[in-house]
Amino acid sequence: MKKIEIITRTFKLDDIKTALSGIGVRGMTVSEVKGFGRQGGHKEVYRGAEYQVDFVPKIKIDVVVENDFAAEVVEAAQKAAQTGQVGDGKIFISPVDEVVRIRTGETGEDAI
Amino acid sequence: MNFTDNAFILICAALVMFMTPGLALFYGGLVRSKNVLATIMQSFIMLGLVSVLWAVCGYSLSFGTDIGGLIGGLDFAFLNGVGMDNIGSPAENLPHLTFMIFQCMFAVITPALISGAFAERMKFGGFMVFSALWLILVYTPMCHWVWGGGWMDEMGALDFAGGAVVHMSSGAAALCCAILLGKRKGHGSTAFIPHNLPMTILGAGILWFGWFGFNAGSALSADGGAANAFVTTHMAAAAAALSWIIAEWAHGGKATTLGAASGAVAGLVAITPAAGFVTPMPAIIIGLCAGAICYGGIMLKNRFGYDDALDVVGIHGIGGTFGALATGIFASIGAEGLLYGNPHQLWVQFVSVIASWAFCFAMTFVIFKVVDATIGLKATDEEQDRGMDIAEHSETGYQW
Repeated sequence: MKKIEIITRTFKLDDIKTALSGIGVRGMTVSEVKGFGRQGGHKEVYRGAEYQVDFVPKIKIDVVVENDFAAEVVEAAQKAAQTGQVGDGKIFISPVDEVVRIRTGETGEDAI
Repeated sequence: MNFTDNAFILICAALVMFMTPGLALFYGGLVRSKNVLATIMQSFIMLGLVSVLWAVCGYSLSFGTDIGGLIGGLDFAFLNGVGMDNIGSPAENLPHLTFMIFQCMFAVITPALISGAFAERMKFGGFMVFSALWLILVYTPMCHWVWGGGWMDEMGALDFAGGAVVHMSSGAAALCCAILLGKRKGHGSTAFIPHNLPMTILGAGILWFGWFGFNAGSALSADGGAANAFVTTHMAAAAAALSWIIAEWAHGGKATTLGAASGAVAGLVAITPAAGFVTPMPAIIIGLCAGAICYGGIMLKNRFGYDDALDVVGIHGIGGTFGALATGIFASIGAEGLLYGNPHQLWVQFVSVIASWAFCFAMTFVIFKVVDATIGLKATDEEQDRGMDIAEHSETGYQW
């Protein structure tokens, strides 16, 4: 099984959710994060004092899927999230050792 | 007694009371979220502490029978002789209790103002003792000198609603505390970004509203003089809000909401000593100048390197000082200023400025040193990191 972490622009959440649901992804977890890569931050001014704010708000969507399904999910997510501008973000794919459904105790791919 | 006046002044007292929670919100929004409650508390609790002290002895020390031009006696201690009639009332048209409670609200907000200078790093217990001593040893003498028949009153110093008693006193105290307490941990490297500017703007709106009670109420009667003070107050706030944001824009930035709110407050501070003595057009000029001058004033802390966290010196100290001098220039009602052929008034105002700053700074210095040595005033680096809300009050402002 693979965990697919998508870190991208906050307003892309609905597009990505629609795209992933459309190909059969049944669940996901979303968190609000901050980060930067090549995208610069911005300047804020309060009573004449300038502050450079480097961290940009992003969303992180976590999805766990069967190995065979991973490539399709990544492709769908990338297409939905892409704008072509610096700041689109990244997708990380990592292996998952085990999955457990808490309600029933099922494990493995049945638990996804 | 005049019952119309009584109705008006009681309502004004309520308006001024409302300024203290307004100030709490104004300051609260400017600090980091981990310090919001501690900051609000330092204003809010003054309603408790100062009100009781005022009734017990503060009112008497301010307005009791004069002793040597320096302080009032204890004739009114525990509100003895302060009743529902006008016997002993400094304002004959008002019940003595009305005059006392109106003045009480001024006493409440003044030590609260100082808290802006030491926000985010002052321990609560020491703060309460400091504030109690400050009320008795700094506020009551100042109040007595200017309004209670003391030496500044005798000298002819003009202070309609508290430019010296409230603003220069708290400004001088703020400067003293900021220097003695030292900077916040991370000052110069950490970004101290206001966590809730909508709260600050709400606070500024409440302050503007309450200031009508503060200034118009200081006419102590519901007459044309109160109307004039109401209008000059409003016009100065309006003009200063504009001139502050123009100053921001001219200085290379954008007009900010914080600037508009800060400008309005600066205008209100500056018009406070002048409100009943000047007419509306000079009030607009005073406001225009105050916005720009106080904007420059807050830059001073960067020049001199003191951490006046919420700009009490820049707005109240400098605004109050400018207002006092402007009164000496523009006064035309009940007194004449420089522009009306009386340069002597400006000199008197200048003397009152020097005396106010010198006395308030020096006395605050002594009080601070004594309380710091005995109880301790500064929060440790670790407490500042955790946040004053947790460290001092075991509370969190927001449950995310």
